[in-house]
Amino acid sequence: MQQPNKLVPFFENLNFERDDNTMVVNFGPQHPSAHGQLRLMLELEGEMVVKAYPDIGYLHRGIEKMAENMTYNEFLPTTDRLDYIASTANNYAYALAVEKLLGIEAPRRAQAIRTMLLELNRLISHLFFIATHALDVGAMSVFLYAFREREFAMDLMEDYCGARLTHSSVRIGGVPLDLPEGWLAQMMTFLEKMEYELEHTYEALLTENRIWKMRLEDVGVIDAEDALSWGCTGPILRGAGVQYDIRKEEPYELYGELDFDVPVSDRNDAYGRYMLHVEEMRQSARIIRQVMPIYRKSEPQLMAHAPKYLSAPKEEIMTQNYALMQHFVLVTQGMRPPKGEVYAPTESPKGELGFYIKSEGEPYAYRLKCRAPSFYHTGILQKVLVGTYLADVVTMISSSNIVFGEVDR
Amino acid sequence: MRKYTPKDNVQGKAYHTDRFWVSPSVPRTDVSEDAHFAALLEKIKESIAVKDAYIQIGQMVVHINPEDNITVLTLVKEVCDYAMCSEISAVDYLAQDGEFEVFYQMLNLKKAKRIRIVTRLKERQAIESAVPLFNSANFAEREMYDMFGIVANNHPFMKRILMPDDWEGHPLLKTYPLQGDEAASWYEVDKIFGKEYRDIIGAENRDPSKIDRYDTKRFSRVGYEVPFDEDISEGEKKTPIKYSDTLLVNYNKSSKQLDERR
Repeated sequence: MQQPNKLVPFFENLNFERDDNTMVVNFGPQHPSAHGQLRLMLELEGEMVVKAYPDIGYLHRGIEKMAENMTYNEFLPTTDRLDYIASTANNYAYALAVEKLLGIEAPRRAQAIRTMLLELNRLISHLFFIATHALDVGAMSVFLYAFREREFAMDLMEDYCGARLTHSSVRIGGVPLDLPEGWLAQMMTFLEKMEYELEHTYEALLTENRIWKMRLEDVGVIDAEDALSWGCTGPILRGAGVQYDIRKEEPYELYGELDFDVPVSDRNDAYGRYMLHVEEMRQSARIIRQVMPIYRKSEPQLMAHAPKYLSAPKEEIMTQNYALMQHFVLVTQGMRPPKGEVYAPTESPKGELGFYIKSEGEPYAYRLKCRAPSFYHTGILQKVLVGTYLADVVTMISSSNIVFGEVDR
Repeated sequence: MRKYTPKDNVQGKAYHTDRFWVSPSVPRTDVSEDAHFAALLEKIKESIAVKDAYIQIGQMVVHINPEDNITVLTLVKEVCDYAMCSEISAVDYLAQDGEFEVFYQMLNLKKAKRIRIVTRLKERQAIESAVPLFNSANFAEREMYDMFGIVANNHPFMKRILMPDDWEGHPLLKTYPLQGDEAASWYEVDKIFGKEYRDIIGAENRDPSKIDRYDTKRFSRVGYEVPFDEDISEGEKKTPIKYSDTLLVNYNKSSKQLDERR
């Protein structure tokens, strides 16, 4: 037994009391492969995991509590900090929930911009997934190549909203800005480059790579029954053979009128999920290409017209007295959505990201619940990891693509 | 007379509300307008008592008694194909009604339909755990317990999940302030230094926007510099305003072109 005091620290990574020949290993909370602050308590028998217990909460910032203490517009930049790999997806999910509550719809140009930004974010997130997944499994060079392309995608985000990581690029009721000049052309160039690299670099390096296949095939097996029961969504659910994509089934924005496929894999393992991510990136590129003409044809209006809830455009505020008064009230007091509750699901790059908002007619949400996909994907670790080897634990964690900003909120 | 501020809800409030302001409500439509939901509600009504049911923003909301939660969840899962429980959480109505509102957000993947099963619990009343039906309830109910103190009976591991195990209070209650309560401000002091150091260390500052003009350790005083960590609570020595010019670079005169593209 260790006798810790202030000079001799307590070695919490090792438990020396071994009475049943199992060893308890603390995987994290500071572990480079844990994708953040995941503390995974593993009980090992030799190298076999007999019990896994994910301990989360190391990044808990009380975002749901903050939502009750902020007006609706104030809270929007906070949602960036949920899934910080794909901030726009969070901004959008929140804005959609509030818009449904208000009963307003963004104008068509805003919808086109949002759809493009969401898909660009999906690309950023999936590139990050491939990069870190490969890095965790041991393929260093893929990480560098994927981050090169991700950099171009982040430059595009930066050109649009000025931020690279915490975008806040969506507003309740629309988008704040039109696309800058030449953005679509740059986007085209990026998509071509990305698709080329996807085929000739990442897939060439990984898909048929013997080591990659040996490390991923039949690792982290989640079947459809488990995925549904544990609340897994997104690539994990589709990787278990259930073809459910919220963009397709419960379409929002322009997804209803776009032509894209929902890839599905019945392999149930990490390799299938990797292939899914690759295919989803192709579909994202396809979606963005389809949205471009819709954007060009649309009217230039960017924010919905709802004077009770949203400020008028800048020109009106500067020229018309009533618009200025309304703007003043909305900025100082905040909008007051009608009484009621809403749950708005969206397909974020990680899975089903939904915001439940309960409004009591006040400028502050009475209750806001963020349904984060990674939270449930962390939950299933205690089921999947049992019976696997320690070396496969890292593969499973990176394959589930959890981001701790939204696990702990 | 000073305006009364209720102590049972310490969350953010509007600084001004018009006296005659009446909030509108999100429209509720009758369940009979959607054939799928109407058939589902009929099935639910056969087995248990439904307090209220309506469609709000495309999703059916069913209010039930808390004892019936497992019955109705089993029914919608096994008979009506609601295979996924997306979310379980609660809303604090202790101040108004002395009750919590617990909701189960359900998803039917075959028909792409969502319903919300809502029930009301008294304070300190426990609810039966949904873990035997949906494993996603494992984490969700633990979070509900952590944030509100609502216990789920027969849950395999009813412990805190996001907050530390020895935390006091449940943070999402309306009575819990945003910056944390008294116990929260001593938590880290007690943990790191021990209770006996409370007088020396002092309570933790949990307000990130707090500014102390007498604190010369953490706050700079541009133009009115005083030595680091000097006690200035009884007035300070007048220092002449003198801005440092050692770090300033005149970029206009710089001979080196930093950005070659321009």
